[in-house]
Amino acid sequence: MNISFHLNGRPVTVRVPSGKRVVDVLRQDLNLTGTKEACGSGECGACTILVEGRARLSCLMLAVQLKERHVVTIEGLASGGLLHPVQEAFVEYGAVQCGFCTPGMILAAVDLLKRNPLPSGEEIREAVSGNLCRCTGYARIVDAILAASRRMARGKKR
Amino acid sequence: MNRVHLPRSLEGAWEILDRVPEARVYAGGTDLFVKLQGEARSRAVLVCLERIRELRGIRDAGKHVWIGACTPYTEILSDPSVQEHFPVLSDAIRKLGSPLIRNMGTMGGNICTASPAGDTLPPLYILEATLEIRSHSNTRRIPVQDFILGPGQARLEPGEILSGIEIQKGHPYPVHFYEKVGQRQALAIAVVSLAVMMRLSEAGDIEAIRMAFGSVAPTVVRPLPIETQLAGAPLDEKTLREAGAMLQAHLFPIDDIRASARYRRRVSANILQRLRLRGKASMKDSHRFGP
Repeated sequence: MNISFHLNGRPVTVRVPSGKRVVDVLRQDLNLTGTKEACGSGECGACTILVEGRARLSCLMLAVQLKERHVVTIEGLASGGLLHPVQEAFVEYGAVQCGFCTPGMILAAVDLLKRNPLPSGEEIREAVSGNLCRCTGYARIVDAILAASRRMARGKKR
Repeated sequence: MNRVHLPRSLEGAWEILDRVPEARVYAGGTDLFVKLQGEARSRAVLVCLERIRELRGIRDAGKHVWIGACTPYTEILSDPSVQEHFPVLSDAIRKLGSPLIRNMGTMGGNICTASPAGDTLPPLYILEATLEIRSHSNTRRIPVQDFILGPGQARLEPGEILSGIEIQKGHPYPVHFYEKVGQRQALAIAVVSLAVMMRLSEAGDIEAIRMAFGSVAPTVVRPLPIETQLAGAPLDEKTLREAGAMLQAHLFPIDDIRASARYRRRVSANILQRLRLRGKASMKDSHRFGP
């Protein structure tokens, strides 16, 4: 069947078999391999995407559920050749090691900062508690999100 | 052929269920798609309820609050009437899954999945929630504890859809809490869980209490004799130790990958001691903010 939705700001239509998951459509049909799959059961957060601005697990959604929705993947976060402030902070703070959890982690953080522009460290830890990282020990990830939040808040004031 | 349906109304959902009685119904998919993988997923006929407006939202109806069965947990958490009247439910939802799971999962799903470990179930049992179940021709209401029969088994007839959860307001229990013992903080399935609502006297004794345990039997356990026993008792170590011993007759736990039955029994008894901490904390609060 054909499904039309908005992906990273552009309208797309894909032909997908019934029962195909969102993560598979993104990676196989749309060639957006930034969205990762690890556990396939909602426990690791590597497949996180934004649907209508909210972080969701693309391994537990069928493609048909995207019909007419606005979807953002990690590929759609940078704009005009500039990284999103959360991406920038991840680079700056060394919050990336193997990088597998990074797309999901960043999108979960983007969702958080939209609802809560100046979160505490505790609130950040809670917000990314569904995104597992096996490399960094999380400290730098939390630092990066904290730094991004401050930078974004300052940017808004100006 | 399209096997996955996204109806916009209950009428639309019933129309599919009439035509394809074996169709499976889901909302968030956080449970279904863990189990339904590969070939089985591409062959299944599925009805996703997430776009049906009639099944979403939270309404304060005066004496009770109605929560749409397909309202994602995140929305329930941010609702002021839920926070005000049912803190034990908010507490349990905050400890359920992860933020990502809570953005997708729904209470209707938690109830129909009928897992002994379902985090919203112990609170719903002590809040004595009523479920609203709709079909083409009928709407019926049933107490949550009569709806759930065992692991994965619920009293849902073909063509019926759990549409909402009704919870009475004005429970005379100021202290609410949900304790969950799991293998880690986020994304843990409960090894033992306990939902409590209680009222303490000025001296700090238990005046009245309701409690329900999860993950210790095929369904949630609400040990009414213990509630009765504890009413009027002092909130001390000895009382709770005795209650923990009495409790054992009400538990039917199993050994599984998460814990042994023996461990579940022991934790269920020990977790009752948390009542003292929560009781003390609430006394402090009432002194601080009291008249």
